[in-house]
Parts: sequence; structure tokens; C-alpha cells
Amino acid sequence: MATIEVNGKSVEVDEEGYLINLGEWNEAIAERFAGDDNTQLTPNHWEVITFLREYYNDYQIAPAVRVLTKAIGKKLGPEKGNSKYLYELFPYGPAKQACRYAGLPKPTGCI
Amino acid sequence: MADFDVPVLGDYPICPVPAIKPDAMKGLKPFAVNNPAHNTALGFPGALVDNWEEVAVAKMRELLGKYRSLQVFLDSCVKCGSCTDKCHYFIGTGDPRNMPVARQDLMRQIYRRYFTAAGKYLPKLVDAKDFTREVLDDWYSYYHQCSQCRRCSVYCPFGIDTAEISMAAREIMDAIGLGQKYTNEILGKNIKIGNNLGLPPPAIRNTLDGIEEDVEDDTGVVVRFPLDVKGADVLLVTPSADFFAEPHIDGLIGYGKVFHQAGISWTLSSYASEGANFAMFIGSYSNMKRAAMRIRDAARELGVKRIVVGECGHAWRVAYSFWNTIIGPFDFLDPKYPVPQHICEFTNDLIRRGALNLDKSANDHRVVTFHDSCNVARASRMGQVPGGQYTIPRDIIKASCNRFVDMASGTIHDQTFCCGGGGGLLTDDLMPLRVKGAYPRMQALRQVQEEHGVNYLAAICAICKSQFSKVLPYYKFDRDMIGGVHQLVSTAIQLGTKE
Repeated sequence: MATIEVNGKSVEVDEEGYLINLGEWNEAIAERFAGDDNTQLTPNHWEVITFLREYYNDYQIAPAVRVLTKAIGKKLGPEKGNSKYLYELFPYGPAKQACRYAGLPKPTGCI
Repeated sequence: MADFDVPVLGDYPICPVPAIKPDAMKGLKPFAVNNPAHNTALGFPGALVDNWEEVAVAKMRELLGKYRSLQVFLDSCVKCGSCTDKCHYFIGTGDPRNMPVARQDLMRQIYRRYFTAAGKYLPKLVDAKDFTREVLDDWYSYYHQCSQCRRCSVYCPFGIDTAEISMAAREIMDAIGLGQKYTNEILGKNIKIGNNLGLPPPAIRNTLDGIEEDVEDDTGVVVRFPLDVKGADVLLVTPSADFFAEPHIDGLIGYGKVFHQAGISWTLSSYASEGANFAMFIGSYSNMKRAAMRIRDAARELGVKRIVVGECGHAWRVAYSFWNTIIGPFDFLDPKYPVPQHICEFTNDLIRRGALNLDKSANDHRVVTFHDSCNVARASRMGQVPGGQYTIPRDIIKASCNRFVDMASGTIHDQTFCCGGGGGLLTDDLMPLRVKGAYPRMQALRQVQEEHGVNYLAAICAICKSQFSKVLPYYKFDRDMIGGVHQLVSTAIQLGTKE
């Protein structure tokens, strides 16, 4: 296991950079993960991250991409409720990259 | 876009034999299991055991005794060279160790050393080697550069199946505690929770509710996506990616519309919410049985008459070729129907009977080609006629759209090229391999794009769909080109006209 330092506190991450202990997540960690990818988190990124965390809290799993796009469309306007827009925000894939920033486990399967 | 070389597409229909680049992919390997629980949940040691060489040789002895095929494959190669240029990973990487014969030889050299007289006494003469750590590292790397697609075996005059060898190699590595993280973690979730993604029942229901809303918004027709409905006629078992990923979910919507219009009662199961069975990738029949048993149990519990399998390549291979042995007999199902039945077979029968109203012109914005998924094309069959696995999906496509063209011969049917992500390799840590391995398919696709304006690549496998949606952009194709066969049906079907 690797550890990273965020605000003087060390946090464990797995070999793919996902948080080991989901309870340790805070906004500074999201900023740090994004910074490592040369991404500046905007309010629109935060809409996605917040939705992911709320959904995970309810269902113990990340939402389907369809569920996420629909929710974002409702919040940010229909022109943003599509996976193209989410790929613009999270070029490595909305499911995987956004989940990492949000402190969720990596969704894995045939995806 | 990539920090590795992406092959350049050319004017040829099939890729040329590449110049040899020794050790080009030597360092590449997927993450091994780090959390011991991912191994122990499957009955494997949590980490590499100290006496691994001894355990590995004993396991190999067990497999040689159990699987006559393995010994025949290891004994019968005459180094004729037919397979050398048939592997998409060799064509895409140029690494000679990705020639199927070289991949087999990684096991053959150990087999000779420990199990043949010549190898025991004159190892150098017969290219026999001790099972050293260096050899083990090569095993881990190169047996995870095989997608078990079996294209090479089509060309082998002896029918040597590299996939079987690669499965056995992974089985041996699991037996010594050297598991692959991606496959083992996912298989563990499937056995414990019922699907690869780890979706709990409320999450599946929530997704299905959303789909019902979307279909009603789009068409004005209420189409149900039932979950855990006792007494339904059909249990649909589909890859869990169909509940989660794009474009997979559009295929699921297509299945639902077909059931709706045909008026056949159906259900999904939250207990058996996965068609995929990654145990096949690691040759573990005990775990394959554990995962598949959930489907049998769900079918009995729900009291269904038939089981239909969604668009998933290796799920279909497991269902078609293994279910009867590992979870049969299916005497509790209605004997009038094939067990199992592929969703394409199911839909095609309905189309032929005139039970579906499809408007082909609804797909006029699409020019479609079809990618034969390896496990369906080469490892199973479909329907009642030989070659049905090639004709049935194409017949559905042609019934759903006006413009269909095939890619070059030599790249379709039993000679199809793997998408590059099958066999447990659909993981981010193997992205350079996945992109390079997709090269032959991308080449054939580019040809039909340029000559016929193809803009839709249809597939019937969740892995193919995910793999293509990731690698298409590397070759300057639109990510959205990839979709399911039932996504085309979904677009063409005229709801409210026939039910």
C-alpha cells in the first residue's frame, strides 16, 4: 500500500490510487487527486463528486453512468446530461476518475 | 493521448506481419493480488507460498492427469509456424513471445523439465528449463497477454488451443498464491454478491426504475424491467455491465422492449445478476461452478420455465459449453426450449415469426458492421444450425437497419480478431496491451469506414463494448461508434403497434 500526505495527514491508497479507508475522505483529498492529474476542480466537478458520494451513501455502490448523467442533467441543465460532457470533465472516464476523486472504490467488472 | 506507441492504420485490409521487437512487452503485467482476501475467497493461498516451485509442479501434475488435452497440446506442437502471425497481440506489439507457439513454450519448457525423460536428463537439448523466479515472472507477464480468444487454434493443424494452456497456467499461478487482482477481486464479488460490479439489489432496482422512466419519456409506452418476479416465464441473465455502463445499458433496454412487444413474461434476478463468469479465465472449475450455481438456484427459486442469456461473450461460452455439466441437469425447465438460449436466438425467432414490428428506417443514420466476439464465434454455437452464431446476430441487424456491411474476410466469423480486452485483460493497468491488441480489428474497421461510411460497430459482448469504447479514440474513431445488437433493435422497434 502506498500513502500520500494531505494537509499533514497521511492517507493510504491502493496501487491504482483509490482510497483504502473510505471514511478518511475529505475535500482536500479530492483536490489533491485532481491536482495530480493536472485538473482544477470546478463547481461542475463538485456537482458530480457530491452526487456520487450521496448515491454511494444510499446504495453502497457508484451509480450507473446513465443514472449519473440524468442527475447531472437535472442539476446543470439538459445540455450537460450526457456522457460526452462527463468525459470532458473527467477525461479518464466519469465512472473511474470521478469515483477516485470522490473517495469511492473503483468500479470494476466488464466496464 | 498515449504515453506508448499506438499502431498506425494503413491501406491494407488485414495487418501485415510486424517486424520482430524482442522483449517489447516484457515488463508489462497486470497488478497481482495484494489483498490476500481476494485470493483466499476463491480457495487460493493469500500470497505467494515459500515452496512455490514444488506446489506449482504438483499442480501441473494434477492438471496433466485431469486434462488429457493439456498434455496432448504440450506434446504435439511441431513448430510449423502456422500460429505465429495469428495473434492480435503479436501483430500489435511485434513481441515474438506473443506468438502463440512461444506463449505455449513457456509452459512446455517446464513440462519437459519435470515430466519428460529427455527434459530430466538432457534439458538443454530439448529446451527444458527449471521453474525459476525469472520463468515465473515471464509466465505472469505473458499469460496475461493472452485474451484466450482461440484465433490461433483455428490455424493450428493439430488444433492446439493456447487458451487452454493459458487458463492452466493461471490456474497454476493461483495455486501458488500469485493471482491477478482484476480477475480474482471481481470473481470474488460475483460469488459473494451475485455480480461482477458488486451491485446490491436496491441499486439494481434503482437503475431499472430509471430505465423504465427513460423508455416511457422516449416512447410514451410503459415498459417494465422486472426484478425477482416469481412465476415469470423467462429468467434473463445478462452481464452486470448492462446495468451500469454505456453503451451496454441501451442493449438492456432493447431486451426489455423485445420481451414487452412479444408479450413474454420475464424477470431479472438480483441474486443471479451476472452472466459473466471470470472463473473461466483462470481455469477454475470449482469457482466457475460456485458462480454459476447462483443462476440455477435463482431459476428454481423464481420458478421460471426458460433461461435466456444476454449479450456477453464468455458468459455464453460458460452457459453453452459448461452449464449442463456444472449446474445441470435442467429438468425443472420447460423442455420445449433450448437450455440455455441466447438473447439473439430468442429475438431472431420472434422476428421470423413476425412477432416484432421493426422499422429499419429508424436506423437510417447508421451504417453498421458486426464484430464477432471471440467466445461466441469460436467457442460455442447459437440456434439450431451450424454457423448460427455468425448468421443470427447478422440477421437481427439486417432486420433492424437498412445499411449493413461486413468487415474483410479473414477478420470475421471464426477468423474474427479479438477486441483486445478479453480473458481478464480489461483492466487499466494493461492499457498499452489493450490498445495495441485492438490494432487488427481497428484496421478492418477503418477499411469499412472509408469504403462504406460505417459509423456503428455492433457487438454482443460486454467486454468488447467496454474495450472498444476505451480504445476507439486512440485510433481516431468516435467513442460512440460501439453499441450492442439489441441497441439497434431498441431503435427500430415500434412500441405500441403490436403488443
